[in-house]
Amino acid sequence: MRKYEIMFVVKPDVPEEEVAKFITQMESVATGAGGAIEKVEKMGRRRLAYRIARQREGFYILFVVEGSGEMVKEFERRLKVSDAVIKYMTVRVDEEQARAAKLKEIRATRDARRPRSKPAAAPPAPVQAEPAAG
Amino acid sequence: MAEQRSGPPSQDRPPRKNGSGGGGRKQYFRRRKVCKFCTEKIDWVDYKDVRLIGQFVSERGKILPRRLTGTCSPHQHDLTRAIKRARNIALLPFAAAV
Repeated sequence: MRKYEIMFVVKPDVPEEEVAKFITQMESVATGAGGAIEKVEKMGRRRLAYRIARQREGFYILFVVEGSGEMVKEFERRLKVSDAVIKYMTVRVDEEQARAAKLKEIRATRDARRPRSKPAAAPPAPVQAEPAAG
Repeated sequence: MAEQRSGPPSQDRPPRKNGSGGGGRKQYFRRRKVCKFCTEKIDWVDYKDVRLIGQFVSERGKILPRRLTGTCSPHQHDLTRAIKRARNIALLPFAAAV
């Protein structure tokens, strides 16, 4: 199972209820294709950085889904055929998140080890250094 | 650049005595550009965080070089990817009109 972030932009003139309906529809698409939804976030109406389909604004929606490539394929197909969706993008995030977690862990262990072992770099302002470390 | 020398009570920092920079860093003389992602301990540059990555593109929407921003090599790499993703979903412009 891989984790994907699927972000898509809906036309701004689509009414709110319809957007909500579309979201629940897409949720069932994802779960129906063997995906597990982790998060659905309405990022709200934003200005587009460039015009898409003659629109200057868009309603951003983010799905974080765990599933297979087949699931993403079906999901994207549904986005593509929907008239309301003007742009979508899928990003696989599990590997990057694993990397970030690893980096975090490395830093945690290093920070735990370091405080006493590096007196040479600390002296410039010992008074300031204390609150920064705590 | 003698601005920093006047700090009165700090007895630990007469930069002259220890030779150039003592600890190896020339913090007293030149403002050193440091990687924002390293100092703020961001290990995952998120393409959704427009406020953050927007600081690293020029007015025209170009990615700023490391030599201007001080970003370290690995983080510039991540940043570049994030900016390109953000462009793809219209969070950032490919080319902005000036």
